[in-house]
Amino acid sequence: MDYMLEMRNISKRFGEVQALRDVNFVVAPQEVVGLVGDNGAGKSTLIKIVTGYYQQDSGEVYFKGQKLEDLSVAKARQLGIETVYQERALADQQTLWRNIFMGRELTTRNGFLDVRKMKRETEKLMVGSMGFTSAAVAPDSVVRTFSGGEKQGVAIVRALYFDAELIILDEPTMGLSLSETRKLLDFVGGIKEAGKSCIFIDHNVFHVYSVADRVVVLDRGMVAGEFLTKDIALDQLMDKMYRVAQTGHLD
Amino acid sequence: MPNHAAEGVEMTSTASQARVQARHLPALARFARTYGLQIGIICVLLAIWGLFTIGAPKTFLSSEIYAAYMSTIPFFAVMALPLTMVVIAGEMDLSFPSIMAMGMLVFVRVFETTGSVLLSFILCLAAGFAIGLLNGVIVVRTGIPSLVATIGTQFFWRGAVLVITGGRPASLVPIKGTLLYNALVGRWGGYVPAQMIWTVVVAILVWVLLNRHQFGAHVYLVGDNEDSARLMGVNADRTKIMVFAVVGLAAAFAGVLASLEVNYFWVTLGEGYMLRTLAAVFLGGTSVFGGTGTVLGTFVGCFIIGAIEAGIVAVGLTGFWTQLLYGLIIILSVSMHAMVRRKLE
Repeated sequence: MDYMLEMRNISKRFGEVQALRDVNFVVAPQEVVGLVGDNGAGKSTLIKIVTGYYQQDSGEVYFKGQKLEDLSVAKARQLGIETVYQERALADQQTLWRNIFMGRELTTRNGFLDVRKMKRETEKLMVGSMGFTSAAVAPDSVVRTFSGGEKQGVAIVRALYFDAELIILDEPTMGLSLSETRKLLDFVGGIKEAGKSCIFIDHNVFHVYSVADRVVVLDRGMVAGEFLTKDIALDQLMDKMYRVAQTGHLD
Repeated sequence: MPNHAAEGVEMTSTASQARVQARHLPALARFARTYGLQIGIICVLLAIWGLFTIGAPKTFLSSEIYAAYMSTIPFFAVMALPLTMVVIAGEMDLSFPSIMAMGMLVFVRVFETTGSVLLSFILCLAAGFAIGLLNGVIVVRTGIPSLVATIGTQFFWRGAVLVITGGRPASLVPIKGTLLYNALVGRWGGYVPAQMIWTVVVAILVWVLLNRHQFGAHVYLVGDNEDSARLMGVNADRTKIMVFAVVGLAAAFAGVLASLEVNYFWVTLGEGYMLRTLAAVFLGGTSVFGGTGTVLGTFVGCFIIGAIEAGIVAVGLTGFWTQLLYGLIIILSVSMHAMVRRKLE
């Protein structure tokens, strides 16, 4: 079987802390994988290795069958891995269009910015994907004035714009209102329909269970278990997660 | 639970309505937000100019004072403009006065050995660029705050100049009249100092780099939120190293301008430029916290700083008033920036 993403025996240590230990993790094409676990289980570390932000100490990462070496964030994004980070990864004092194209600016020759094109694309995205109808928001608006939901919208639209094949959502529902959360979960379903893959990290098991095909439970830097959501009931899953957090074992 | 949920939705929708109202007259508000600080600093310049003109109409309505300004302001303006990029990137550089001297020392030594003005000039600029690059590498690799690191390099390079020269200055009279001399510090049309033209060129280059090039986009992003920039794949380290290198290059260039103007290389070259260069950047509205700042602001800031000294004497005050007025204007302008910024949020 060809995986979209395959991580083999990934280990990562920060000083005294063994953040990840021999983690094996795969994502199939058109699959939504939920990644759950307590604080400090290693979820963010694992995805930051996929995105090229951290380098693993040992283990291998394959993307569409191709082994990734010396991965950097820029390289990962070029390959088609986009991330919506927990911390949103926005530059508050900059304009909307500069945030959308952060790190992947559209340029003409010699690195000169194609400002007009970036503003035009931003305008299109605002109407089409972000659902910003307010006349007050323009490509030149400064992001600091946006609400939490709007900022999240910017981060998501940015991930979509570049036609990523693997979209990683790290705690995307944090700070969102109920209706915004609903919209977000619908959006994850949309990723799958569009033939793309998704890694979905959330504290809220309800959210994960409702969108994921498969749930991987991380605990203290190791994979404690994984379940297909169609094979397990929500209360069973919660029960197991609770037990893992308490004892380190699923049963 | 359902009640609570409905409440939550209600609350966010009223909140967003309030926000829409707050953003009333969006186009005007956006214009004010984008250009407010720049308009403010231009008003300060006009106010100072108005006061000087009332106080000393003869001086300020004749062209000589402006010729004088155009000959002296460029020496620090060509550094203040690229230094704006360092500050926008959230960093600080205090070593540029020493880089002026070190670059000029290279110029003098190469000229003594080869007799080539052009080669001296090129190697001088290269030395400035390399020293700036080293500043950047030290800051990025060690993680020492750049304020501290460049205090160190400021002393080191000044010390190097003193040790190598033994404190002896050098005459640059043989360079007077050469093509390079006329191109850099000659008087164009018999009136406009060439260094002023170069200042405008530097301002345009820095503006293009900051506003129309990927490098400048990264400078703003790194200064605004370095973590975000890194998460989105911006090479923050390279961006920072390069802004320091550009300031080094500019400092060497400024050193050449200031030395050729007086036909002499003093080993103290650059001393006295530190504070007024920094003041010009901050007067111009560049935030010390990084992420914001404009080329126009710094350009105007340079002229405010440069105008005060001669203006004070012209209106009949003693030179002792200079620093007091510097201080007053800096405090007032920077407070104005802070308040305008808070209003616009």
